[in-house]
Amino acid sequence: MAITATRPTGAGKPAGPGTTTTASARRRRPVNTRRAAKWLLAITSIAIGLLMLLPIIWMVFTAFKPESDIVSAPPTLWPRELTLEHFAEVWERIPFARLYVNTIVFAGSVTLISLLFDSMAAYALARLPFKGRAVVMVLILLLLMLPFQVTLIPLYDMLNGMGLTNTLPGLIIPRMTNAFGIFFLTQFFLSLPKDLEEAARMDGASEWRIYWGIILPLSRPALLTLGLFHFQYNWNDLLWPLVMSSSVETSTLPAGLALFMGQHVVEYGLLMAGSLLAMLPVILFFLLIQRSFVAGIATTGLK
Amino acid sequence: MTTTAERPAVQLPPPPKRRRPLLRVSGRRSLTAWLFLTPTLLILIAFTVYPMVQALYLSFTDYNLIRAAQWVGLDNYIELLSDDAFWNAFGNTVLYAAVVTPVTVVLALAFALMLNQAFVGRAFARTAIFLPFIVSLGIIAIAWAFLLDPNIGLLSHWLSLVGIVPEQGWLSDPRYAMAAVMAVGVWKNVGFYMVIFLAGLQSIPVDMYEAARLDGAGVWQRFRNVTLPLLSNQTLLVSVLALIATLQAFDQIYVMTRGGPFFRTETLVMLVYREGFQELRFGYASAISFVLVIFVFILSMVQFGYLRRKQVTY
Repeated sequence: MAITATRPTGAGKPAGPGTTTTASARRRRPVNTRRAAKWLLAITSIAIGLLMLLPIIWMVFTAFKPESDIVSAPPTLWPRELTLEHFAEVWERIPFARLYVNTIVFAGSVTLISLLFDSMAAYALARLPFKGRAVVMVLILLLLMLPFQVTLIPLYDMLNGMGLTNTLPGLIIPRMTNAFGIFFLTQFFLSLPKDLEEAARMDGASEWRIYWGIILPLSRPALLTLGLFHFQYNWNDLLWPLVMSSSVETSTLPAGLALFMGQHVVEYGLLMAGSLLAMLPVILFFLLIQRSFVAGIATTGLK
Repeated sequence: MTTTAERPAVQLPPPPKRRRPLLRVSGRRSLTAWLFLTPTLLILIAFTVYPMVQALYLSFTDYNLIRAAQWVGLDNYIELLSDDAFWNAFGNTVLYAAVVTPVTVVLALAFALMLNQAFVGRAFARTAIFLPFIVSLGIIAIAWAFLLDPNIGLLSHWLSLVGIVPEQGWLSDPRYAMAAVMAVGVWKNVGFYMVIFLAGLQSIPVDMYEAARLDGAGVWQRFRNVTLPLLSNQTLLVSVLALIATLQAFDQIYVMTRGGPFFRTETLVMLVYREGFQELRFGYASAISFVLVIFVFILSMVQFGYLRRKQVTY
């Protein structure tokens, strides 16, 4: 018997003796129930989606509420009144411009440098036969399995000795390459066809030209995905900048906002406006390249 | 034409006809490979491998930033065994992982199954569920803390309407604080795992379902005997990723509770942070972080092995 997700229960049209009528009756019934199920599904998932967005929606609305509205109980989602005061104030109360620049420089340069170094390493691992490849591969996998938190203390100690704590280079340098990025790109490069580069090699192209002129252009979606990964990971990171900076001025947005939240009596309007501004670039970046990002996760769903 | 690698092969004199150039070429390629790897290896060794070894060494010392490191043997590890703060953080971490991992994985699969159907609003739902993964947990946790504020928080107001009212507010009530940070942990990552499941679902050939349907398999049977086995790769990946992520929980806890109330939400990473960067006990904190290393490492191996054995290949 044919059973679908929306199996009709009662006997709808009395099924005739012929097989054809039975089939058509069966087919017609599910169409209605199936449509109802589709709507149910649509409503449920839109409700789930809205619920998932609740903290973000709450943040956005609160950022535009005047303080008197924020502290009045019972709380409401919709602002009773709109104001831009928090957005004006946030630049004065928190060294917000400073934090913004720090975060852009930190996340931006880590992303670009790491994409370069990760892809170079991945090219060697995926395309160049050499002795010791297995050893390097094992090292990368091992580093993938070890939590980075274990390096925090010695790393802080080392960079402190070099006078690099509370500086951007100190934040950036240890992140200039990344085991996950290398692994991710190696997998991707292995999946690319070899014909083009073999032809180029025949023509005497250097390995650098093959890497830069053939492999990288072919890997645009993977590079974009990894780029967004790196960018959002570093833009969003809390623990590393928190450890590396002792004051709000030298940290990045997440750490700066967390420190501000810890130091002051909670001023939610200000914090929500700051949060909104701090999250905007990542959200925009994501919405822009969403398609290739999700496709990237899908293809490297690490089969 | 052009530079390095291949040119010598062409230029070499013919006499030792084949062998010479071939060897040369592979030797060159090997050198090129190491050149490509140089920046990466230098950085990884200096800023990841070396600090890891250093952490192991520090865990046998009483180093505390002010005083030079003194070798104390296993003292730190012995102290751990009788340290209530450590066992508390250990228990909290296990509890957090034991709840958040399965809940996240099951929810992610359920969302993926739901959003693999075609219907109006699907794109919105997918984006909405995925979006939390993109935003900063440290930042959005501020909004969460606000949502759960006992007086002016919207979510705690809504929950009070259905009769759930923690006496001291969600984040300061010892019975509820952990549940709150757990919920945020699930919320944050479920969309990412959902996308991996969706990719898996889309790679299952439709004829598999047709065949199962012809054999009279119902919805549940098709899920149980077609979908689940064919998703085993994704399930393995997602479970390992989720477990490892939960063992390292920090961001939302730091922002929402700072490990409180009464250390009820202090996880191992929180404890490492407190001992290391607030008490400045670098040696002791390193020892704790090594427990985390072993823990993460063993668990990911165990889970990997277990799921691999259960895996069905077609």
